[in-house]
Amino acid sequence: MTGMVALYIFMLAAFTGYEVISRVPVILHTPLMSGSNFVHGIVLVGAMVALGGAHTPLEKTIGFIGVLLAAGNAVGGYVVTERMLEMFKSSGRAAQERRAHGQDARAGSAARDDQERARTAGKRPH
Amino acid sequence: MLAGISADLAIQASYFVTAVLFIMGLKRMSSPVTARSGILWAGAGMLVATLITFLYPGMSNYGLMLPAMLVGAVLAWWSGKRVAMTNIPQMIALYNGMGGGAAAAIAAVELYRGGTEGYASTTLAVAGGIIGAVSFSGSAIAFGKLQGLITRSIRFRGQQFLNLLLLAVALVLGALVAAHFNTSLGVVTGFFVLALVLGLTMTLPIGGADMPVVISLYNALTGLAVALEGFVLNNAAMIIAGTVVGSAGTLLTQLMAKAMNRSLGNVLFSGFGDTGGAATGEVGGSLKPIEASDAGVMMAFAQKVIVVPGYGMAVAQAQHKVWELSQLLIDRGVQLRFAIHPVAGRMPGHMNVLLAEAGVPYDLISDLDEINAEFETADVALIIGANDVVNPVARTDKSSPIYGMPILNADKAKNVIVIKRGQGAGFSGIENALFYLDNTRMLYGDAQKAAAELIQAIKAVG
Repeated sequence: MTGMVALYIFMLAAFTGYEVISRVPVILHTPLMSGSNFVHGIVLVGAMVALGGAHTPLEKTIGFIGVLLAAGNAVGGYVVTERMLEMFKSSGRAAQERRAHGQDARAGSAARDDQERARTAGKRPH
Repeated sequence: MLAGISADLAIQASYFVTAVLFIMGLKRMSSPVTARSGILWAGAGMLVATLITFLYPGMSNYGLMLPAMLVGAVLAWWSGKRVAMTNIPQMIALYNGMGGGAAAAIAAVELYRGGTEGYASTTLAVAGGIIGAVSFSGSAIAFGKLQGLITRSIRFRGQQFLNLLLLAVALVLGALVAAHFNTSLGVVTGFFVLALVLGLTMTLPIGGADMPVVISLYNALTGLAVALEGFVLNNAAMIIAGTVVGSAGTLLTQLMAKAMNRSLGNVLFSGFGDTGGAATGEVGGSLKPIEASDAGVMMAFAQKVIVVPGYGMAVAQAQHKVWELSQLLIDRGVQLRFAIHPVAGRMPGHMNVLLAEAGVPYDLISDLDEINAEFETADVALIIGANDVVNPVARTDKSSPIYGMPILNADKAKNVIVIKRGQGAGFSGIENALFYLDNTRMLYGDAQKAAAELIQAIKAVG
């Protein structure tokens, strides 16, 4: 890839990022920061290439740390973002799920108890 | 030879697919309806890119690579699944710092190896290295502050001068390396050490209240560092993903700083954020306590209640109780809404995440612009562990550090009930004039306990 082409990619990607984010409602800011945090976890492929080409013990050590950190960035970013976004529901969908008992099974037990209670409260006749 | 060409083609095609999936994923995350699928798309992109990279020509050290990936992935998976929703902001800081550290590590390997050819490539490696290293150590400090491991903000005279000096020396060393003038082990090492120290000294004086902005900034910086190292490695996926995050993160940082009525420079260099001590001060009137039973009756017979949650709700893990309380009121025919300030909690949207966790539908939740006009017609504004975001001083007192910050107009409601742990000032240390108004009553106690008492009181009304 020549320098100019790389520069064009850089420019277009910068505008893309700006445009994609500019329409995000405030309620999604934290998940979105987390989501973009996950996306730069792509540094993992770079760390793999760097370690893959390392020769001396020093290079190998730093490469090893790099891959470890990058894998943490990618996996941690994904898990946390997914957990947050899983919880977003509208009134309609929340009511549907209350009926179907389709609550998140992975929530902590305390949270589950409370949700159970909340569900019972929600079922009372209006 | 042919195999080499087809492997290269497969890698480039996969990176292209990854870039598309990332951008589509982020786009889908911009609406609550499609957000969930957005992270799945982006996740698929990451999987494709990671797997195809094993085919990269001329790679070795797989015996190191696989354990490193495994250890990093398992630790992050474990911690990410385990962390309470309240502590999400510091986890984002932690994972972000890891990404910055990885970018710096790539730069270090390339520079130690002398693997970069040409001045442009080395300069980009150096630039990505310093940005990644600052993001790494800075994010670590941000994590420590939010986690409560670092409680003091260390400040001293000449701190900004020291930071500038560190930056200048690091840049000189970086320039020596970039110009291929001196690429010795010592110079490269010195460059990285100084960059890491700079991240520490830059972040230590910043108070906890400003950390969301700082984390967002480091998120953008990590993106930029990844893009720069992408240029060095000629890796299109890294360039595109890193740049998209860099620009998106910059915009997000600006939005946050704007919501707090602070400029980014002010956040980074003024040292305000957990002191504000000078302006703590004279507010007339007295604090008037109320019993939970009375407060419960007041809300049970209200027509319209607006709930304003803040960090106090997060600390007390009260979101489930608060939703239970709200459902009781809704069942009684009370018009109930949640009002969320953009910077309530530790991050924009932090409260939304917690309420979503408790099962609150997002269409009951309104942000500042949507709801501010409605406080005038509300019978009760219930403030749960929020402070600065409802402080009317921001509208009136020019000497206050939060003057000019847009606030929720809770003081316009007919009655205000404030659930608060004690009589101390809030996170910023600024006295809150709202608490002293004639129509304000203070309900002291832990938010979870207070909500439980209110539930009892409303049930007793029948």
